[in-house]
Amino acid sequence: MQSRLPILVFALVMAAIPFVPGMPPFWIVLLDNIGLAALVAMGLVLLTGVGGLTSFGQAAFVGFGAYTTAVLTTAYGLSPWLTLPLSLVVSGLFAVLLGLITVRLSGHYLPLGTLAWGLGLFYLFSKLEFLGRNDGISAIPPLSVGTFKMLSPGSIYYAIWVAVILSALLTMNLLDSRTGRAIRALRRGHVAAEAFGVHTPRAKLLVFIHAAVLAGLSGWLYAHLQRAVNPTPFGAQAGIEYLFIAVVGGAGYVWGGVLGAAIVVVLKEVLQSYLPLILPGSGQVETIVFGIMLVALLQLAPGGLWPWLMSFLPERTGGRKPDTSLKLEQRSRAPAEAGVLLQVEKARKQFGGVVAVNNVSFDVQAREIVALIGPNGAGKSTTFNLITGVLSATSGSISVLGKKVDKAPPQEIVKLGISRTFQHVKLVPDMTVLENVAIGAHLRGHSGPISSMLRLDRADEAKLLAEAARQIERVGLADQMHQLAGSLSLGQQRIVEIARALCVDPMLLLLDEPAAGLRHMEKQRLAALLRELRDGGMSVLLVEHDMGFVMNLADRIVVLDFGTKIAEGTPATIKTNPEVIKAYLGVAA
Amino acid sequence: MNTTIMLFLVQDGITNGAIYALLGLALVLVFAVTRVILIPQGEFVTYGALTYASLAAGQMPGTAKLALALGIGAFAFDLFVARKALHGRLVVRSFVTNIMLPAIVLALTIYFAAQKPPVAISIALSLVIVAMIGVYLYRIAFQPLAHTSVLVLLIASVGVHLALQGLGLLFFGAEGQRGPAVLSGAFTAGALRFTGQSITVYAITIAFIVGLWLFFGLTLYGKALRATAVNRLGARLAGIRTTLSGQIAFLLASVIGALSGIMIVPITTLYYDSGFLIGLKGFVAAIIGGLVSYPLTAVAALVVGIVEAFSSFYASNYKEVIVFMLLIPVLLLRSLAAPAVEEEKD
Repeated sequence: MQSRLPILVFALVMAAIPFVPGMPPFWIVLLDNIGLAALVAMGLVLLTGVGGLTSFGQAAFVGFGAYTTAVLTTAYGLSPWLTLPLSLVVSGLFAVLLGLITVRLSGHYLPLGTLAWGLGLFYLFSKLEFLGRNDGISAIPPLSVGTFKMLSPGSIYYAIWVAVILSALLTMNLLDSRTGRAIRALRRGHVAAEAFGVHTPRAKLLVFIHAAVLAGLSGWLYAHLQRAVNPTPFGAQAGIEYLFIAVVGGAGYVWGGVLGAAIVVVLKEVLQSYLPLILPGSGQVETIVFGIMLVALLQLAPGGLWPWLMSFLPERTGGRKPDTSLKLEQRSRAPAEAGVLLQVEKARKQFGGVVAVNNVSFDVQAREIVALIGPNGAGKSTTFNLITGVLSATSGSISVLGKKVDKAPPQEIVKLGISRTFQHVKLVPDMTVLENVAIGAHLRGHSGPISSMLRLDRADEAKLLAEAARQIERVGLADQMHQLAGSLSLGQQRIVEIARALCVDPMLLLLDEPAAGLRHMEKQRLAALLRELRDGGMSVLLVEHDMGFVMNLADRIVVLDFGTKIAEGTPATIKTNPEVIKAYLGVAA
Repeated sequence: MNTTIMLFLVQDGITNGAIYALLGLALVLVFAVTRVILIPQGEFVTYGALTYASLAAGQMPGTAKLALALGIGAFAFDLFVARKALHGRLVVRSFVTNIMLPAIVLALTIYFAAQKPPVAISIALSLVIVAMIGVYLYRIAFQPLAHTSVLVLLIASVGVHLALQGLGLLFFGAEGQRGPAVLSGAFTAGALRFTGQSITVYAITIAFIVGLWLFFGLTLYGKALRATAVNRLGARLAGIRTTLSGQIAFLLASVIGALSGIMIVPITTLYYDSGFLIGLKGFVAAIIGGLVSYPLTAVAALVVGIVEAFSSFYASNYKEVIVFMLLIPVLLLRSLAAPAVEEEKD
C-alpha cells in the first residue's frame, strides 16, 4: 500500500493555500471548480479506468445530487446537511436503476448507452415543472455551521476539498482490498474472476453506484456553491468533459482524476481569458484550440499525464511480505476420503452443427491425478469449461460428490472446491503476483466494500494475503511476489495461475496445459508439486500435450479425439493402445 | 386519430429516418473498421449542408480553406513518419493528394463562389471538400492513435468534434441557413404530397444501402475493410494496409455525412451546431442495430424517425427525451439476450 505521507502533505498544502497573502480570490474559485470536477472524475477513474466501464452519463448524476438538494432546501426548507445524505441516496438509487440496465452491456454499447440516457435525463431536467424547467432553481441556502454561513467561494473551499481528499482516501482503500481486486479484475474479462467466485455483475454495479454517489456529492456541493442550479451543467457536453478529465489525467489512477481536473479547468480558463487577446475575432476560438490540444495531448501521452509524471519518480521496489503465520480457516469439505469426486456422464456440447464434446463419460477419484489428452481440437478445453460451468452442456450430466451441477454457474462450482487454470493465461497484468493470487481466495474472505473503504477489513485482508503468499512460496515464486504479473514469463504466469487456484483450498484442481512454456527443470518441479498435492489429499485433472510429463505423472489417462472418448486407462495401457496411436500418428502407424 | 395526420407524420418520420439511417450506417462502418466512435459525424453533416448553402448563395465557404490547411497538416505527418526513409515518389504522392488536390479545389471554389454556381456544381464541390476534410482528419487525428484503446479514440473523437464545431461557428456564423432544393417539383398521391426533395432523400438512401451492400459483398476493397473490422492484425498479416482501410472508412463517412446535410438543408434550417444532435440520433439507430448490422440499423433509424415525428406532434416538449429514452428498453432487451461472451479488452 502506498504511503499516506504524500496525501497528508497535499492536504496541508491545500489547507494553507487560502492563507497565502495576496492570493487572488479568483484562484480560489478555480480551485473550487477543480475540486468539484475532481470528485466526478475520481468516480470515473474507478468506473472507466479501473473497471473498464465507460460512462458519458456522469453529469446526470451530478444533476441528481444538485437538484435533490435544490428542491428540498427551497421548496421544503430542509437543512443542507440533511439533504446531503438524501442527495447521495437519490444519485445512488438512480445508479442502481440505470446500472441494472447498462452494466451488463459489453464494450461499446455501454458508453453509447450512457450517452443516450445522459441526454434523455438532461432534457428531462429542462422540461420538468418542479425542477424549474430551463430556468432551474435559485435562492438555494448556503451551507452553514452554527451561525457561520459559507457564502464566499473561500469558505466553501474547505468543504469541497475535505470532500475530495476523503473521497480519494476511501476510493484508494476500496481499491486495495478484496472487493477492489475483484473490481480491478473486471477490465480483463469476467471468466477468470467468476471462476473464483466473483459475482461480476454485482461488482460492476458497485463501481457504478460508487461513481454515481461521488458525482452526487459533487452536485450537492455545486448547488450550495452556486446557490442556483439550471440544466446546462448536467448535459451531454459536461458528461463528455468529465470523461476526458479522467482520461487526460490518467484513467487508471485516483490522483489522475484530480490532476486531470486541474489541467482541464485551468486550461479552459486560460484559453477563455487570454485567447481573445491573441486571436481577436468571433467567439469559440477557445473551443477549437481546446479540441486540438486534447487530441495532441492524447497522441503524446495516450495513458494520461499522471502515469507519465510518476515515471519520473524513482521506482518503488518491493512491498512488505505478508505475515504468513496468519491462517485462513480451511474450507469445510465433504468427508470423501475414498470415492468419486467428479463424475462426467455422457456430456455433450454442440456449437451449432459442430459437436465439440460427444457423449463423453469419465470420473475422477479422490487422491488421483487424471490426464485428459488428445490431439488439438479434441474437445479437452470445452470439457473443462463444461465442468467449471463456463459453458453448459447440451445434454448429459456432471456431478460433484454425487450432486448434479450441470446448470450451476462458475461461482457455484468453485464453492464446491473445484478450481482451475486457463489454457490462455488470464491474469490481471497490472496487478502484482500477490494480488492476482489473492483473487483465488476471494470466497474465503468476507469483507464488503463499506468495511474496505473504512479499513475495517484489515484482519480479514491480512489473512487473505498470507494465504496468497503461502501458495506463491509453495509453487516457488516467492521472489516474484511483488512484481507485476504482466512482467513475468508466460511459463511463470501459468505457475501463478496454479497458485491462484490453490488459494481456493480445492479438493479438485483442473489444470489446462500447465506445462506449456516451462523449461525442463520447471516441469520436473511442477510434477513434484502435483504429486505432493495428491499425496496431501487433492485430486488433479489436467489437460496436457507433453506426453513425457503426462505419462510419468498421471495415475489414469482419458483420451479424446474429435470430441469422443477413444480410450481410458493407466499410462502403460494407453501407450500401447492402437486407437490412441492411430489418433496421434495416423492410420499407417 | 386522423388518418391524414397519421400518414403525414409517418411520411415525415420516414424522411428523417432515412437520413438517420445513412448516418447510422456511416457510424457502424467507421466503428467496425477503425474502432472510432465518430462523434464528428454531425459536423460532416453541417459542413456539407452549410458549404452547399453558402455556395448556392454565392458566398465563399471557409471549409475549402480548412481542407487545404488539414491537407498541409497531413502532408507534414506523412513526411514526419517517413523521415527515416524519405524517397521522391512518396513525397510527390503525398504532395499531390494532400496539397495539390485541396489547392485546386480551393481555387475552383473561389472561382465558382463568385458567380452563384448551378446546384450540381455546388453539390459536387461540397462533397469533395467535406470528403477531403474527413480523410485528412483521419490522417492527422486518428491514425497516430490507431493502436490505442476505444476509450482514447473516443476522447480524441470528442476533441475533433469540439474543434470542428468551433470552426463551424467561425466559418458560417451563428445564423442558420437553408439551401435550394436539390430537385424541385412535387406531386400528390391521395392525401400525401411528395416533394422532389423527399423523393431524392429516399432514392439516395436506398442507393447507398444497396451500394454499400454491393461494395462490401463484391469488391476487393470492401472485403479488405471487412477483414480489418474483424481482425486488424490478421488483416495486416494478409497484406491489407489498415491505414488505407481507415481512410476509406472516413472517406465514406464524410461523403455520407455531407450528402445527408445537403439533403436536409433545403427542408430544415441548419445551424453550425445542429449536426451534433442529428448525428446522435444516427447513433441511437446504430446502437439499436448493435453497431454491426446494416439492415437492422436502417430499420431502427426509420423507427427513430417515426417516433420522433409522432412525439413532436403529441408531446413536442418531450421529443428529445422520448427519442433518447427509446434506447433504454432496447438496451434492456439486449442485456437480457446478451450471450456471456468473453472479450479481451484494452
